[in-house]
Amino acid sequence: MISWQPSASLEAIRARAELNAQIRQFFAERGVLEVDTPVLSAAAVSDPHLEPMQSQYCGPGFDQGLGLFLQTSPEYAMKRLLAAGSGPIYQLAKAFRNGESGRKHNPEFCMLEWYRPDFDDRQLMDEVEALVAAALGRDDFQRISYRKLFQQQLDCDPHTAPVDQLRLLTRQRLELSLESDDRDEYLNVLISHVLEPALIKPTFVYDYPASQAALARVENDNLDQPVAKRFELFVEGVELANGYFELTDSQEQARRFDADLETRVRLGYPCHPVDQRLVAALEAGMPDCAGVALGVDRLLMLRLGKGHLDQVLAFPLRLA
Amino acid sequence: MANYSTNQFKSGLKVMVDGDPCSMVDVDFVKPGKGQAFTRVKMRNLNTGRIWERTFKSGESLEGADVMERDMEYLYTDGEFWHFMLTDGSFEQFAADEKAVGDAIKWLKEQNVCIVTLFNNAPLLVAVANFVELEVTETDPGLKGDTAQGGSKPATLSTGTVVRVPLFINQGEVLKIDTRSGEYVSRA
Repeated sequence: MISWQPSASLEAIRARAELNAQIRQFFAERGVLEVDTPVLSAAAVSDPHLEPMQSQYCGPGFDQGLGLFLQTSPEYAMKRLLAAGSGPIYQLAKAFRNGESGRKHNPEFCMLEWYRPDFDDRQLMDEVEALVAAALGRDDFQRISYRKLFQQQLDCDPHTAPVDQLRLLTRQRLELSLESDDRDEYLNVLISHVLEPALIKPTFVYDYPASQAALARVENDNLDQPVAKRFELFVEGVELANGYFELTDSQEQARRFDADLETRVRLGYPCHPVDQRLVAALEAGMPDCAGVALGVDRLLMLRLGKGHLDQVLAFPLRLA
Repeated sequence: MANYSTNQFKSGLKVMVDGDPCSMVDVDFVKPGKGQAFTRVKMRNLNTGRIWERTFKSGESLEGADVMERDMEYLYTDGEFWHFMLTDGSFEQFAADEKAVGDAIKWLKEQNVCIVTLFNNAPLLVAVANFVELEVTETDPGLKGDTAQGGSKPATLSTGTVVRVPLFINQGEVLKIDTRSGEYVSRA
């Protein structure tokens, strides 16, 4: 028999509508503008560990066809709006990531992304906290730096620990032997497998290693260690949001695109066209701002106390 | 055997890990928003029974384990091996050692059908049905009238296993036993 019914209950489907309405109300009260940008783009994300899905347009204007990528987040398009003078903006967008499916992943998902000109990462954390506190009815938020989290739980300084120490920790904690000499690979494994599952209370982790800056600016912390002004929010062991005090330097942006491409080549991953329109927008000038992306399906899962995304998605991949 | 990549992992899949056949119990995809993807697998080592977790990089693969579960009738023991026969009409026989028989030894009755896990065509594990019917070979005389409540006594079954039974049970009666808990259920 063919399965046609939704995997989420009607209760969960109604709860999603309520949550969306609550999110829109939250931003309306704060004067943040809702925007809508295309899901399809001629350029793709550069991050080596995000693989975009591909599509193609054929028709007027493009007789030979135009290759298009489904966005992995609305980040690039929203930054172009910021550079165009939009002021504070948010979007409830569909995002797509190839190869990601599991209890906390679906290749198509709903992302809430917003940008706040003149905010830094601390101020944006306050706002994320206000939104999530209201959505989940919790007030037990805490904040800890990436360094302190590793020091407390694993007795190592993630910024300075030699790769051998990280390799040993990974082997001890996870029976996992990686051949890599890339420190970030070990740090990512340790945080996602060992530390994250233990972050039950809503916890902001901030000041990431500079090598994991992505699109965040890098500044020295109080120990003169260069750190990425990036934060993540974890609730009940679930990675819920990722935010940056945004990079606005177009040359640095172009350099990071190049570095991502080099990494892709080294790892044998496909290289896609980078977003030159974003670089051009940054050249024209994007205001100082902080931005964050939050997984709405995961937020709904937590709000309803469910353990699997399928319980809040009408039609996950296997039923799509 | 075929190789299975992380994208093919699912619960129930039998694979070789560190030389031992394992059965996947739970499979989850783990990936930080920024960072590499991994597959976290909870599995049971079919040799030792131990359950543990292992993490694999996406794209890694494992060799499949030649493991099959077959219905077999228990025939007899020669003291060293326990002999079973396929119920598919082939009359093919297999000899399981003490380790493979394990706890099932408490409930093995001739002609009863068991599930025998074969690894490389040799018995690795013997599982009896959840309920078996066994005769009481020795117990104190039954107490007339005491059919409803109260009290229990030990009874030795035909396999030599001792279970607690109600006071009204007599020697020679056949009882239904839950093999998972080792508890008396009812008269058969």
